[in-house]
Amino acid sequence: MSRKADEGSSVPKVKIWVMGKEYKVPSSFTIMTAMEYIGYRFKQGIGCRNGYCGACATFYRVKGDYKLRPALACQEIVKDGMVIVQIPFVPAKKTIYDIDKLEPSANAIFENYPEVARCLSCNTCTKACPQNLEVMEYVQAALRGDLEKVMHLSFECVECGLCAMRCPAEIKPYLVARLARRLYAKYMVPLDKRVRKREEEIKEGKFDKELERLMKMSVERLKELYEERRLS
Amino acid sequence: MIKVPYYPGCTLKTTAQNYEVSGLAVARKLGIELIELPSWNCCGVFPSLANDDLMRHIAPIRNLIRVKKMIENGIIEDQYRFVTLCSMCYHTLKEANLFIKDEEKLKKLNTFLEEEYKGEIEPLPFLKLLQVEVGFEKISEEVRKPLKGLKVAPYYGCLLLRPREIGIDNPESPSILEQLLSVLGADVVENPNKTQCCGSYHTVNNKSIVVRLTYDNLIYAIKNGAEVIAVGCPLCAFNLDHYQVEVKKIHFDFKIVPIVYYTQLMAIALGLGKESSGLELGLNYVDPIPVLKRFL
Repeated sequence: MSRKADEGSSVPKVKIWVMGKEYKVPSSFTIMTAMEYIGYRFKQGIGCRNGYCGACATFYRVKGDYKLRPALACQEIVKDGMVIVQIPFVPAKKTIYDIDKLEPSANAIFENYPEVARCLSCNTCTKACPQNLEVMEYVQAALRGDLEKVMHLSFECVECGLCAMRCPAEIKPYLVARLARRLYAKYMVPLDKRVRKREEEIKEGKFDKELERLMKMSVERLKELYEERRLS
Repeated sequence: MIKVPYYPGCTLKTTAQNYEVSGLAVARKLGIELIELPSWNCCGVFPSLANDDLMRHIAPIRNLIRVKKMIENGIIEDQYRFVTLCSMCYHTLKEANLFIKDEEKLKKLNTFLEEEYKGEIEPLPFLKLLQVEVGFEKISEEVRKPLKGLKVAPYYGCLLLRPREIGIDNPESPSILEQLLSVLGADVVENPNKTQCCGSYHTVNNKSIVVRLTYDNLIYAIKNGAEVIAVGCPLCAFNLDHYQVEVKKIHFDFKIVPIVYYTQLMAIALGLGKESSGLELGLNYVDPIPVLKRFL
Protein backbone atom coordinates (compact mmCIF):
# COMPACT_ATOMS: atom_id res chain seq x y z
CA MET A 1 0.00 0.00 0.00
CA SER A 2 2.68 2.43 0.97
CA ARG A 3 4.73 1.60 -2.09
CA LYS A 4 1.75 2.46 -4.28
CA ALA A 5 1.40 5.75 -2.51
CA ASP A 6 5.06 6.40 -3.23
CA GLU A 7 4.47 5.99 -6.91
CA GLY A 8 1.82 8.65 -6.71
CA SER A 9 -1.19 6.76 -8.07
CA SER A 10 -2.60 3.44 -9.11
CA VAL A 11 -2.77 4.46 -12.78
CA PRO A 12 -1.27 1.71 -14.92
CA LYS A 13 2.09 2.76 -16.25
CA VAL A 14 4.49 1.77 -19.01
CA LYS A 15 8.21 2.13 -19.31
CA ILE A 16 9.45 4.31 -22.15
CA TRP A 17 12.77 5.80 -23.19
CA VAL A 18 12.99 9.40 -24.31
CA MET A 19 16.31 10.58 -25.71
CA GLY A 20 17.80 7.42 -24.22
CA LYS A 21 16.53 7.99 -20.70
CA GLU A 22 14.08 5.69 -18.96
CA TYR A 23 10.74 6.93 -17.59
CA LYS A 24 7.49 5.50 -16.27
CA VAL A 25 4.43 7.19 -17.68
CA PRO A 26 0.67 6.52 -17.57
CA SER A 27 -0.20 4.00 -20.27
CA SER A 28 -3.13 6.00 -21.63
CA PHE A 29 -0.98 8.98 -22.59
CA THR A 30 0.02 9.96 -26.07
CA ILE A 31 3.72 10.34 -26.76
CA MET A 32 3.29 14.09 -26.52
CA THR A 33 1.48 14.16 -23.19
CA ALA A 34 3.89 11.55 -21.85
CA MET A 35 6.84 13.76 -22.71
CA GLU A 36 5.20 16.76 -21.08
CA TYR A 37 4.45 14.60 -18.05
CA ILE A 38 8.14 13.78 -17.86
CA GLY A 39 8.94 17.46 -17.92
CA TYR A 40 9.70 18.33 -21.52
CA ARG A 41 8.38 21.64 -22.73
CA PHE A 42 7.77 21.78 -26.46
CA LYS A 43 8.73 24.89 -28.33
CA GLN A 44 9.03 23.18 -31.67
CA GLY A 45 7.56 19.96 -32.96
CA ILE A 46 4.16 20.80 -31.58
CA GLY A 47 1.10 22.36 -33.10
CA CYS A 48 -2.58 21.58 -33.13
CA ARG A 49 -2.46 18.55 -30.75
CA ASN A 50 -5.18 17.03 -32.87
CA GLY A 51 -3.41 15.24 -35.66
CA TYR A 52 -4.13 17.92 -38.25
CA CYS A 53 -1.01 19.99 -38.50
CA GLY A 54 1.75 17.40 -38.82
CA ALA A 55 4.21 19.32 -36.65
CA CYS A 56 4.97 16.52 -34.19
CA ALA A 57 6.67 13.93 -36.40
CA THR A 58 8.13 11.18 -34.26
CA PHE A 59 10.04 7.96 -34.70
CA TYR A 60 10.05 5.18 -32.21
CA ARG A 61 11.12 1.62 -31.83
CA VAL A 62 9.67 -0.90 -29.41
CA LYS A 63 12.23 -3.00 -27.60
CA GLY A 64 12.49 -6.40 -29.21
CA ASP A 65 11.05 -5.23 -32.54
CA TYR A 66 13.47 -4.43 -35.37
CA LYS A 67 11.17 -1.96 -37.08
CA LEU A 68 11.53 1.79 -36.89
CA ARG A 69 8.03 3.17 -36.67
CA PRO A 70 6.75 6.62 -37.56
CA ALA A 71 4.00 8.44 -35.72
CA LEU A 72 2.50 11.79 -34.82
CA ALA A 73 3.34 12.38 -31.16
CA CYS A 74 -0.06 13.87 -30.39
CA GLN A 75 -1.88 10.81 -31.76
CA GLU A 76 0.16 7.77 -30.84
CA ILE A 77 -0.47 6.18 -27.44
CA VAL A 78 2.66 5.10 -25.56
CA LYS A 79 3.56 1.43 -25.45
CA ASP A 80 5.71 -0.46 -23.01
CA GLY A 81 9.32 -0.49 -24.17
CA MET A 82 8.99 2.44 -26.58
CA VAL A 83 12.22 4.21 -27.47
CA ILE A 84 11.22 7.62 -28.74
CA VAL A 85 12.86 10.40 -30.68
CA GLN A 86 10.94 13.48 -31.66
CA ILE A 87 11.77 15.27 -34.89
CA PRO A 88 11.31 18.99 -34.29
CA PHE A 89 11.67 19.86 -37.93
CA VAL A 90 12.26 18.13 -41.29
CA PRO A 91 15.28 19.51 -43.13
CA ALA A 92 13.79 18.96 -46.60
CA LYS A 93 14.78 21.11 -49.53
CA LYS A 94 11.87 23.22 -50.60
CA THR A 95 12.04 24.46 -54.16
CA ILE A 96 11.14 28.08 -54.74
CA TYR A 97 9.01 28.45 -57.84
CA ASP A 98 6.74 30.98 -59.45
CA ILE A 99 3.45 29.18 -59.91
CA ASP A 100 2.47 31.62 -62.67
CA LYS A 101 5.40 30.46 -64.76
CA LEU A 102 4.73 26.72 -64.45
CA GLU A 103 2.59 24.47 -66.58
CA PRO A 104 0.38 21.78 -65.07
CA SER A 105 2.46 18.91 -66.39
CA ALA A 106 4.95 16.22 -65.40
CA ASN A 107 7.69 18.62 -66.47
CA ALA A 108 6.80 21.10 -63.75
CA ILE A 109 7.31 18.27 -61.25
CA PHE A 110 10.63 17.21 -62.79
CA GLU A 111 11.99 20.72 -62.93
CA ASN A 112 11.32 21.35 -59.28
CA TYR A 113 11.70 17.90 -57.77
CA PRO A 114 13.77 15.88 -60.26
CA GLU A 115 14.40 13.15 -57.69
CA VAL A 116 10.86 11.77 -58.21
CA ALA A 117 12.31 9.97 -61.24
CA ARG A 118 14.40 7.88 -58.85
CA CYS A 119 11.34 6.33 -57.19
CA LEU A 120 11.92 2.59 -56.78
CA SER A 121 8.29 1.87 -55.90
CA CYS A 122 9.51 0.36 -52.64
CA ASN A 123 6.46 1.73 -50.82
CA THR A 124 8.43 2.74 -47.71
CA CYS A 125 6.80 6.18 -47.83
CA THR A 126 3.34 4.64 -47.71
CA LYS A 127 4.32 2.58 -44.69
CA ALA A 128 5.64 5.73 -42.98
CA CYS A 129 2.49 7.81 -43.47
CA PRO A 130 0.60 8.43 -40.19
CA GLN A 131 -2.40 9.45 -42.27
CA ASN A 132 -2.44 6.11 -44.08
CA LEU A 133 -2.21 7.80 -47.47
CA GLU A 134 -1.09 5.95 -50.59
CA VAL A 135 2.09 8.00 -50.79
CA MET A 136 3.92 5.87 -53.35
CA GLU A 137 0.86 5.88 -55.60
CA TYR A 138 0.77 9.67 -55.66
CA VAL A 139 4.50 9.97 -56.25
CA GLN A 140 4.02 7.64 -59.21
CA ALA A 141 1.07 9.67 -60.45
CA ALA A 142 3.21 12.82 -60.19
CA LEU A 143 5.90 11.10 -62.22
CA ARG A 144 3.52 10.80 -65.15
CA GLY A 145 1.89 14.18 -64.71
CA ASP A 146 -1.44 12.89 -63.42
CA LEU A 147 -1.93 15.87 -61.11
CA GLU A 148 -5.58 15.18 -60.49
CA LYS A 149 -4.74 11.79 -59.04
CA VAL A 150 -2.01 13.33 -56.88
CA MET A 151 -4.52 15.86 -55.59
CA HIS A 152 -7.07 13.18 -54.66
CA LEU A 153 -4.54 10.82 -53.08
CA SER A 154 -2.65 13.47 -51.13
CA PHE A 155 -5.53 15.68 -50.08
CA GLU A 156 -5.36 14.68 -46.44
CA CYS A 157 -1.59 15.08 -46.18
CA VAL A 158 -0.57 16.92 -42.98
CA GLU A 159 2.96 17.51 -44.27
CA CYS A 160 4.68 15.97 -41.29
CA GLY A 161 7.53 14.91 -43.58
CA LEU A 162 7.93 11.36 -42.27
CA CYS A 163 7.70 10.02 -45.84
CA ALA A 164 10.61 12.23 -46.89
CA MET A 165 12.72 10.99 -44.02
CA ARG A 166 12.17 7.35 -44.92
CA CYS A 167 12.53 7.58 -48.72
CA PRO A 168 15.71 5.81 -49.92
CA ALA A 169 15.66 7.88 -53.11
CA GLU A 170 15.50 11.11 -51.13
CA ILE A 171 12.22 12.16 -52.65
CA LYS A 172 10.19 14.65 -50.63
CA PRO A 173 6.74 13.23 -51.40
CA TYR A 174 4.78 15.75 -49.33
CA LEU A 175 6.39 18.71 -51.11
CA VAL A 176 5.87 17.12 -54.51
CA ALA A 177 2.21 16.65 -53.63
CA ARG A 178 1.92 20.25 -52.48
CA LEU A 179 3.25 21.46 -55.82
CA ALA A 180 0.87 19.14 -57.68
CA ARG A 181 -2.12 20.37 -55.68
CA ARG A 182 -1.15 23.97 -56.30
CA LEU A 183 -0.85 23.35 -60.03
CA TYR A 184 -4.14 21.50 -60.02
CA ALA A 185 -5.91 24.30 -58.17
CA LYS A 186 -4.43 27.03 -60.32
CA TYR A 187 -4.74 25.52 -63.77
CA MET A 188 -7.06 22.58 -63.77
CA VAL A 189 -10.17 23.46 -61.79
CA PRO A 190 -12.29 26.22 -63.26
CA LEU A 191 -12.57 29.16 -60.88
CA ASP A 192 -16.00 29.50 -59.32
CA LYS A 193 -17.94 32.38 -60.86
CA ARG A 194 -18.90 33.60 -57.42
CA VAL A 195 -15.23 34.02 -56.53
CA ARG A 196 -14.73 36.17 -59.63
CA LYS A 197 -17.78 38.24 -58.74
CA ARG A 198 -16.61 38.79 -55.19
CA GLU A 199 -13.16 39.69 -56.47
CA GLU A 200 -14.69 42.40 -58.63
CA GLU A 201 -16.77 43.69 -55.75
CA ILE A 202 -13.64 44.00 -53.65
CA LYS A 203 -11.87 45.88 -56.40
CA GLU A 204 -14.83 48.20 -56.81
CA GLY A 205 -14.55 49.05 -53.12
CA LYS A 206 -17.85 47.58 -52.04
CA PHE A 207 -16.45 46.54 -48.67
CA ASP A 208 -14.08 49.47 -48.04
CA LYS A 209 -16.54 51.40 -45.91
CA GLU A 210 -17.31 48.46 -43.65
CA LEU A 211 -13.63 47.69 -43.29
CA GLU A 212 -12.86 51.26 -42.34
CA ARG A 213 -15.59 51.19 -39.72
CA LEU A 214 -14.07 48.03 -38.20
CA MET A 215 -10.58 49.50 -38.27
CA LYS A 216 -11.71 52.44 -36.15
CA MET A 217 -13.43 50.25 -33.58
CA SER A 218 -11.96 49.59 -30.16
CA VAL A 219 -10.58 46.12 -29.36
CA GLU A 220 -13.29 45.66 -26.72
CA ARG A 221 -16.08 46.38 -29.18
CA LEU A 222 -14.48 44.04 -31.72
CA LYS A 223 -14.37 41.29 -29.12
CA GLU A 224 -18.04 41.86 -28.34
CA LEU A 225 -18.91 41.67 -32.00
CA TYR A 226 -16.94 38.50 -32.33
CA GLU A 227 -18.80 36.90 -29.44
CA GLU A 228 -22.14 37.98 -30.85
CA ARG A 229 -21.43 36.76 -34.37
CA ARG A 230 -23.91 34.42 -35.96
CA LEU A 231 -22.61 31.08 -37.07
CA SER A 232 -24.58 29.62 -39.89
CA MET B 1 -14.27 -7.82 -78.21
CA ILE B 2 -11.40 -9.45 -76.31
CA LYS B 3 -10.40 -7.61 -73.16
CA VAL B 4 -6.73 -7.54 -72.40
CA PRO B 5 -5.06 -5.83 -69.41
CA TYR B 6 -2.95 -2.93 -70.55
CA TYR B 7 0.05 -1.35 -68.84
CA PRO B 8 0.73 2.11 -70.34
CA GLY B 9 3.90 3.35 -68.66
CA CYS B 10 4.78 6.96 -67.84
CA THR B 11 5.95 8.02 -71.29
CA LEU B 12 2.68 7.08 -72.96
CA LYS B 13 0.94 9.50 -70.63
CA THR B 14 3.34 12.34 -71.41
CA THR B 15 5.60 12.63 -74.47
CA ALA B 16 4.24 9.59 -76.30
CA GLN B 17 0.52 10.25 -76.08
CA ASN B 18 0.37 9.83 -79.85
CA TYR B 19 1.49 6.23 -79.38
CA GLU B 20 -1.22 5.52 -76.84
CA VAL B 21 -4.02 7.25 -78.74
CA SER B 22 -3.22 5.40 -81.96
CA GLY B 23 -2.50 2.10 -80.24
CA LEU B 24 -5.79 2.04 -78.35
CA ALA B 25 -7.75 3.05 -81.46
CA VAL B 26 -6.11 0.36 -83.59
CA ALA B 27 -6.71 -2.29 -80.93
CA ARG B 28 -10.38 -1.36 -80.67
CA LYS B 29 -10.77 -1.56 -84.44
CA LEU B 30 -9.28 -5.04 -84.39
CA GLY B 31 -11.61 -6.25 -81.65
CA ILE B 32 -9.32 -5.85 -78.68
CA GLU B 33 -10.17 -3.66 -75.76
CA LEU B 34 -7.05 -2.70 -73.86
CA ILE B 35 -8.07 -2.14 -70.24
CA GLU B 36 -5.66 0.04 -68.33
CA LEU B 37 -4.58 -1.23 -64.92
CA PRO B 38 -6.62 0.56 -62.22
CA SER B 39 -3.35 1.66 -60.66
CA TRP B 40 0.24 1.18 -61.67
CA ASN B 41 3.72 2.49 -61.02
CA CYS B 42 6.77 3.14 -63.15
CA CYS B 43 7.98 -0.06 -64.82
CA GLY B 44 11.38 0.44 -63.21
CA VAL B 45 13.12 1.54 -66.42
CA PHE B 46 16.12 -0.57 -67.27
CA PRO B 47 16.90 -3.81 -65.57
CA SER B 48 19.72 -3.23 -63.14
CA LEU B 49 23.16 -4.43 -64.12
CA ALA B 50 24.56 -4.07 -60.62
CA ASN B 51 25.32 -7.06 -58.42
CA ASP B 52 22.97 -5.88 -55.73
CA ASP B 53 19.96 -5.50 -57.96
CA LEU B 54 17.08 -6.50 -55.73
CA MET B 55 15.64 -3.06 -55.05
CA ARG B 56 15.57 -2.20 -58.73
CA HIS B 57 13.22 -5.10 -59.38
CA ILE B 58 10.56 -4.09 -56.91
CA ALA B 59 8.88 -1.70 -59.35
CA PRO B 60 8.34 -4.18 -62.21
CA ILE B 61 7.30 -7.01 -59.87
CA ARG B 62 4.82 -4.68 -58.18
CA ASN B 63 3.22 -4.06 -61.57
CA LEU B 64 3.08 -7.75 -62.37
CA ILE B 65 1.30 -8.27 -59.05
CA ARG B 66 -1.15 -5.53 -59.98
CA VAL B 67 -2.02 -7.38 -63.20
CA LYS B 68 -2.41 -10.60 -61.25
CA LYS B 69 -4.78 -8.89 -58.82
CA MET B 70 -6.70 -7.32 -61.68
CA ILE B 71 -7.33 -10.79 -63.09
CA GLU B 72 -7.98 -12.40 -59.73
CA ASN B 73 -10.42 -9.68 -58.72
CA GLY B 74 -12.39 -10.45 -61.85
CA ILE B 75 -11.93 -6.98 -63.35
CA ILE B 76 -10.85 -8.85 -66.40
CA GLU B 77 -11.13 -12.48 -67.41
CA ASP B 78 -7.97 -13.39 -69.05
CA GLN B 79 -5.06 -15.67 -69.23
CA TYR B 80 -2.23 -14.42 -67.12
CA ARG B 81 -0.79 -11.93 -69.56
CA PHE B 82 -1.00 -8.26 -70.36
CA VAL B 83 -0.03 -5.84 -73.10
CA THR B 84 2.40 -2.97 -73.22
CA LEU B 85 2.95 -0.56 -76.08
CA CYS B 86 6.24 0.86 -74.84
CA SER B 87 9.24 -1.39 -75.61
CA MET B 88 11.08 -0.19 -72.52
CA CYS B 89 8.24 -1.21 -70.22
CA TYR B 90 7.92 -4.56 -71.96
CA HIS B 91 11.63 -5.17 -71.64
CA THR B 92 11.86 -4.25 -67.97
CA LEU B 93 8.77 -6.21 -66.97
CA LYS B 94 9.80 -9.26 -68.92
CA GLU B 95 13.30 -9.11 -67.52
CA ALA B 96 11.88 -9.04 -63.99
CA ASN B 97 10.22 -12.37 -64.71
CA LEU B 98 13.56 -13.82 -65.74
CA PHE B 99 15.18 -12.33 -62.66
CA ILE B 100 12.90 -14.12 -60.22
CA LYS B 101 13.68 -17.50 -61.75
CA ASP B 102 16.42 -17.30 -59.11
CA GLU B 103 14.41 -18.64 -56.18
CA GLU B 104 16.59 -17.03 -53.57
CA LYS B 105 15.90 -13.59 -55.04
CA LEU B 106 12.20 -14.28 -55.42
CA LYS B 107 12.00 -15.28 -51.77
CA LYS B 108 13.71 -12.08 -50.68
CA LEU B 109 11.44 -9.95 -52.86
CA ASN B 110 8.35 -11.65 -51.53
CA THR B 111 9.33 -10.97 -47.95
CA PHE B 112 9.56 -7.28 -48.79
CA LEU B 113 6.43 -6.94 -50.93
CA GLU B 114 2.93 -6.83 -49.51
CA GLU B 115 1.60 -9.46 -51.92
CA GLU B 116 3.18 -12.63 -53.12
CA TYR B 117 4.32 -13.16 -56.69
CA LYS B 118 5.47 -16.35 -58.34
CA GLY B 119 6.04 -15.30 -61.93
CA GLU B 120 2.52 -16.05 -63.15
CA ILE B 121 2.12 -13.01 -65.39
CA GLU B 122 3.58 -12.63 -68.87
CA PRO B 123 4.02 -9.26 -70.53
CA LEU B 124 3.35 -9.11 -74.26
CA PRO B 125 4.27 -6.27 -76.60
CA PHE B 126 1.34 -5.01 -78.65
CA LEU B 127 3.22 -5.78 -81.87
CA LYS B 128 3.49 -9.44 -80.88
CA LEU B 129 -0.17 -9.53 -79.90
CA LEU B 130 -1.05 -8.25 -83.37
CA GLN B 131 1.01 -10.97 -84.99
CA VAL B 132 0.03 -13.92 -82.82
CA GLU B 133 -3.50 -13.25 -81.67
CA VAL B 134 -4.95 -10.98 -84.34
CA GLY B 135 -2.86 -12.15 -87.28
CA PHE B 136 -1.47 -9.89 -89.98
CA GLU B 137 -3.87 -11.48 -92.46
CA LYS B 138 -6.87 -10.21 -90.51
CA ILE B 139 -5.23 -6.78 -90.37
CA SER B 140 -4.80 -6.79 -94.15
CA GLU B 141 -8.56 -7.35 -94.46
CA GLU B 142 -9.19 -4.28 -92.33
CA VAL B 143 -7.00 -1.93 -94.36
CA ARG B 144 -9.14 0.85 -95.84
CA LYS B 145 -6.48 3.28 -97.02
CA PRO B 146 -3.44 1.30 -98.11
CA LEU B 147 -0.24 3.30 -97.68
CA LYS B 148 0.50 2.81 -101.36
CA GLY B 149 3.79 4.29 -102.46
CA LEU B 150 4.74 5.42 -98.95
CA LYS B 151 8.36 4.51 -98.38
CA VAL B 152 8.70 3.40 -94.78
CA ALA B 153 11.84 2.15 -93.08
CA PRO B 154 11.54 0.15 -89.86
CA TYR B 155 13.61 0.84 -86.78
CA TYR B 156 13.50 -1.64 -83.90
CA GLY B 157 16.17 -0.46 -81.52
CA CYS B 158 17.25 -3.05 -79.00
CA LEU B 159 14.59 -3.44 -76.34
CA LEU B 160 12.22 -5.60 -78.37
CA LEU B 161 15.00 -7.85 -79.62
CA ARG B 162 17.77 -8.33 -77.10
CA PRO B 163 18.65 -10.34 -75.10
CA ARG B 164 17.31 -13.36 -76.95
CA GLU B 165 15.18 -14.56 -74.00
CA ILE B 166 13.29 -11.29 -74.09
CA GLY B 167 13.27 -10.60 -77.83
CA ILE B 168 10.11 -11.10 -79.86
CA ASP B 169 11.92 -11.81 -83.12
CA ASN B 170 15.31 -12.74 -84.48
CA PRO B 171 17.68 -10.43 -82.56
CA GLU B 172 19.99 -9.92 -85.55
CA SER B 173 17.59 -9.84 -88.41
CA PRO B 174 14.00 -9.23 -87.33
CA SER B 175 11.15 -8.92 -89.80
CA ILE B 176 7.93 -8.54 -87.78
CA LEU B 177 7.70 -4.79 -88.35
CA GLU B 178 8.40 -5.17 -92.07
CA GLN B 179 5.65 -7.77 -92.33
CA LEU B 180 3.18 -5.47 -90.64
CA LEU B 181 4.13 -2.47 -92.76
CA SER B 182 3.76 -4.49 -95.96
CA VAL B 183 0.31 -5.59 -94.87
CA LEU B 184 -0.60 -1.92 -94.52
CA GLY B 185 0.34 -1.46 -98.18
CA ALA B 186 3.50 0.53 -97.52
CA ASP B 187 6.63 0.29 -99.57
CA VAL B 188 9.09 -1.13 -97.04
CA VAL B 189 12.58 0.24 -97.41
CA GLU B 190 15.65 -1.56 -96.09
CA ASN B 191 17.31 -0.03 -93.03
CA PRO B 192 20.54 -1.93 -92.26
CA ASN B 193 20.91 -0.23 -88.87
CA LYS B 194 17.40 -1.00 -87.71
CA THR B 195 18.55 -3.04 -84.71
CA GLN B 196 21.25 -0.66 -83.48
CA CYS B 197 21.04 1.22 -80.21
CA CYS B 198 19.40 4.66 -80.38
CA GLY B 199 21.66 6.06 -77.66
CA SER B 200 19.03 5.52 -75.00
CA TYR B 201 19.50 7.61 -71.87
CA HIS B 202 22.73 9.12 -73.11
CA THR B 203 20.19 11.66 -74.30
CA VAL B 204 20.31 13.13 -70.79
CA ASN B 205 24.00 13.88 -70.43
CA ASN B 206 25.92 12.63 -73.48
CA LYS B 207 24.05 14.20 -76.32
CA SER B 208 26.90 13.95 -78.81
CA ILE B 209 26.68 10.13 -78.69
CA VAL B 210 23.00 10.26 -79.52
CA VAL B 211 23.63 12.69 -82.38
CA ARG B 212 26.20 10.34 -83.89
CA LEU B 213 23.93 7.31 -83.49
CA THR B 214 20.94 9.16 -84.91
CA TYR B 215 22.96 9.85 -88.03
CA ASP B 216 24.09 6.22 -88.29
CA ASN B 217 20.66 4.82 -87.67
CA LEU B 218 18.90 6.95 -90.26
CA ILE B 219 21.35 7.72 -93.03
CA TYR B 220 21.04 4.41 -94.94
CA ALA B 221 17.29 4.35 -94.62
CA ILE B 222 17.18 7.87 -96.00
CA LYS B 223 19.57 6.96 -98.83
CA ASN B 224 17.25 4.05 -99.61
CA GLY B 225 14.50 6.58 -100.06
CA ALA B 226 12.61 6.35 -96.74
CA GLU B 227 10.03 9.12 -96.33
CA VAL B 228 9.14 8.11 -92.82
CA ILE B 229 10.60 5.85 -90.11
CA ALA B 230 8.37 3.48 -88.15
CA VAL B 231 9.28 2.76 -84.52
CA GLY B 232 7.73 1.05 -81.51
CA CYS B 233 9.69 2.58 -78.67
CA PRO B 234 9.12 6.06 -77.19
CA LEU B 235 12.78 6.46 -76.29
CA CYS B 236 13.94 5.58 -79.82
CA ALA B 237 11.28 7.91 -81.17
CA PHE B 238 12.45 10.75 -78.95
CA ASN B 239 16.12 10.35 -79.80
CA LEU B 240 15.69 9.83 -83.54
CA ASP B 241 13.21 12.67 -83.77
CA HIS B 242 14.86 15.35 -81.63
CA TYR B 243 18.47 14.92 -82.69
CA GLN B 244 18.13 15.21 -86.45
CA VAL B 245 18.37 18.95 -86.20
CA GLU B 246 21.72 18.49 -84.41
CA VAL B 247 22.82 15.99 -87.07
CA LYS B 248 22.10 18.60 -89.69
CA LYS B 249 24.52 21.00 -88.02
CA ILE B 250 27.31 18.47 -88.69
CA HIS B 251 26.12 16.93 -91.96
CA PHE B 252 24.72 19.83 -93.95
CA ASP B 253 23.22 17.64 -96.66
CA PHE B 254 21.34 15.42 -94.18
CA LYS B 255 17.72 15.06 -95.23
CA ILE B 256 15.39 15.23 -92.27
CA VAL B 257 12.83 12.44 -91.98
CA PRO B 258 9.80 12.20 -89.67
CA ILE B 259 9.58 9.45 -87.04
CA VAL B 260 6.21 7.84 -86.33
CA TYR B 261 4.92 4.92 -84.30
CA TYR B 262 3.82 1.90 -86.30
CA THR B 263 0.43 2.24 -84.61
CA GLN B 264 0.05 5.70 -86.16
CA LEU B 265 0.59 4.26 -89.62
CA MET B 266 -1.90 1.54 -88.77
CA ALA B 267 -4.50 4.06 -87.64
CA ILE B 268 -4.15 5.83 -90.97
CA ALA B 269 -4.24 2.64 -93.04
CA LEU B 270 -7.25 1.27 -91.16
CA GLY B 271 -9.02 4.52 -91.94
CA LEU B 272 -9.54 5.54 -88.34
CA GLY B 273 -9.24 9.25 -88.97
CA LYS B 274 -6.82 11.96 -88.07
CA GLU B 275 -7.67 12.08 -84.40
CA SER B 276 -6.92 8.41 -83.84
CA SER B 277 -3.56 8.76 -85.52
CA GLY B 278 -2.35 11.17 -82.85
CA LEU B 279 -0.52 13.12 -85.54
CA GLU B 280 -2.03 16.40 -84.49
CA LEU B 281 -0.98 16.26 -80.86
CA GLY B 282 2.12 18.25 -81.72
CA LEU B 283 4.46 15.74 -80.13
CA ASN B 284 6.73 15.28 -83.14
CA TYR B 285 9.79 17.42 -83.58
CA VAL B 286 9.88 16.67 -87.30
CA ASP B 287 6.27 17.03 -88.40
CA PRO B 288 5.09 13.88 -90.23
CA ILE B 289 1.88 15.44 -91.55
CA PRO B 290 3.37 16.84 -94.82
CA VAL B 291 4.49 13.32 -95.79
CA LEU B 292 1.35 11.56 -94.61
CA LYS B 293 -1.35 14.03 -95.56
CA ARG B 294 -2.02 12.30 -98.86
CA PHE B 295 -3.45 9.39 -96.84
CA LEU B 296 -5.40 11.42 -94.32
